[in-house]
Amino acid sequence: MKRGKGTWATVLAGVFAAIWVLPYAWMASTSLKPLREIADDPTAPLPRAPQLDAYREVFGQVPVGRYMLVSVAVAVAIGALQLLLALPAGYALAKLRFVGKRVAFALVVACLLVPPQVTFVSVFLMFAKVSLTNTFASLVVPFAASALGTFLVRQALLSVPDEIIEAARLDGASELTIIYRILAPLLRPTLVSVFLVSFVYHYSDYFWPLVMTTDDTVRTLPLGIALLKEPGSGVRWHVVMAGNVLLSLPVLVLFGIAQKHLVRGVGGGG
Amino acid sequence: MRARSKVHPWLMLGPSLLAWSLFVFVPLGLAAYNSLFSWDMLTEPVWVSGANYGAIAEGGELGRILGRTLFFSALVVAGSMALGLGLALLLDRPGRFFGFVRGAIFSAYVVSWVAVALLWVLLLDPDRGLAAAVLRALSLPRIGFLSDPAAALPTLAAVTVWKITGYAMVVFLAGLRAVPPSLHEAAALDGADALARFRYVTWPLLRPTAAFVATTSLIVSFQAFDVVRIMTQGGPARATTLFVYAIYEQIFMNLSVGRASALSVVYFVVLCVLAALQLGAWRSQRTTRGT
Repeated sequence: MKRGKGTWATVLAGVFAAIWVLPYAWMASTSLKPLREIADDPTAPLPRAPQLDAYREVFGQVPVGRYMLVSVAVAVAIGALQLLLALPAGYALAKLRFVGKRVAFALVVACLLVPPQVTFVSVFLMFAKVSLTNTFASLVVPFAASALGTFLVRQALLSVPDEIIEAARLDGASELTIIYRILAPLLRPTLVSVFLVSFVYHYSDYFWPLVMTTDDTVRTLPLGIALLKEPGSGVRWHVVMAGNVLLSLPVLVLFGIAQKHLVRGVGGGG
Repeated sequence: MRARSKVHPWLMLGPSLLAWSLFVFVPLGLAAYNSLFSWDMLTEPVWVSGANYGAIAEGGELGRILGRTLFFSALVVAGSMALGLGLALLLDRPGRFFGFVRGAIFSAYVVSWVAVALLWVLLLDPDRGLAAAVLRALSLPRIGFLSDPAAALPTLAAVTVWKITGYAMVVFLAGLRAVPPSLHEAAALDGADALARFRYVTWPLLRPTAAFVATTSLIVSFQAFDVVRIMTQGGPARATTLFVYAIYEQIFMNLSVGRASALSVVYFVVLCVLAALQLGAWRSQRTTRGT
């Protein structure tokens, strides 16, 4: 009976795996088909004669390398800034006694509840006012402080014994040394997760770059790929799917390497 | 611990607080202020008092946007929670195969919304799509997943569920693993079958996890924008014009800062009400569990 139950679970798991894996396979397969094949026999699972024309076309239409570089640079800058700011803020909230601490903590939680979708109209107008739309700064600076990151750093620091800090102080270490050179290495797993979750989110983000950019200067890859599907005219699906593969592959590879950290970072809030 | 100096905590919090002031608190105030003007970003703003709120509410449009967004959220929260919990129970087994399936499902959460939205536009294409081929094979009627006003919003909800269920599953898996196996063994010895063990052992211990998943899914679904913008542009017949897309439309298509700001203010108030309701639900749950 036990074996019967296991088989049943395996079959059901296989069905669900198909629901999640087949769309990716479809994307990859379509990207290798010529347009005529898609029109003639759209639901053929595999291309008759796989070819890379669609990828050549993507590279011809979109400066993939530059857009990807911008996306990665934005995501890395945001992740690094978030760690830089969240460490001292989390330290103050977790370890120091001071007047107004409850208010400060309440502000962090409040920021946790205000998504960028609430503020984008005003932030766009503010950047437009000082002619900073279409800049790297407009994509990075609004996310420099992460409420979630601060919160997770604080939670992690709560379980670090005070004695470590007291000993460092007796040795004459400055507060900055304590935060960045003594505590940061101890929080490595938390920091890696915060960085990775932030990186994946901002690398893939479509909404904020769409709002903040109107031209090519700092266009990110998700925007460039979305532009491949021009509404109205017949969509060149093999090209769009090739773009999709180029957009998703780096994140899927990163996910394959760092799945453990990502899963912990995502579940960490719970 | 004592701070070495009274200014230290504030110096440490300073950069973060400055960033939040500039990009959260000031913008909120600015939205409230701008919502009282009529402004197209080209000519001078004109004071119109509450007229923008009147305009967005006119003909019940605001109510429809809110209703749609709530309906969409309800579908996404219910769908991703039920599926996430089901998958967590199904896949919480040892072995590489189940590990692979868990990874495959969670990977959709990591991939860009753009890629997911574009992919599903193709899969749901009424002529070329895989979904249409499945319907034909089962000789079911053709469905205009994205072109039928009645189907479009549930379709976007289904795509969103596909994207975020992996997240719910991962959180539920963490919750399941925190349930001590000894409780299950004890219940099994007492003759409880699998269903009874879930009902009386697993579920009560999983309720805080479920509340957390509900909150995060609600937040994500309320922010839905990418799927709308890429898959339907708010159509057909405005059937998928959700809240964030409506704000976007006001500022970037109608060039109406006043109305966009008024919608942002309402959106913020709605988020606050939802947060308060959830906080209330968590509290009452904790007290009932305590007794």
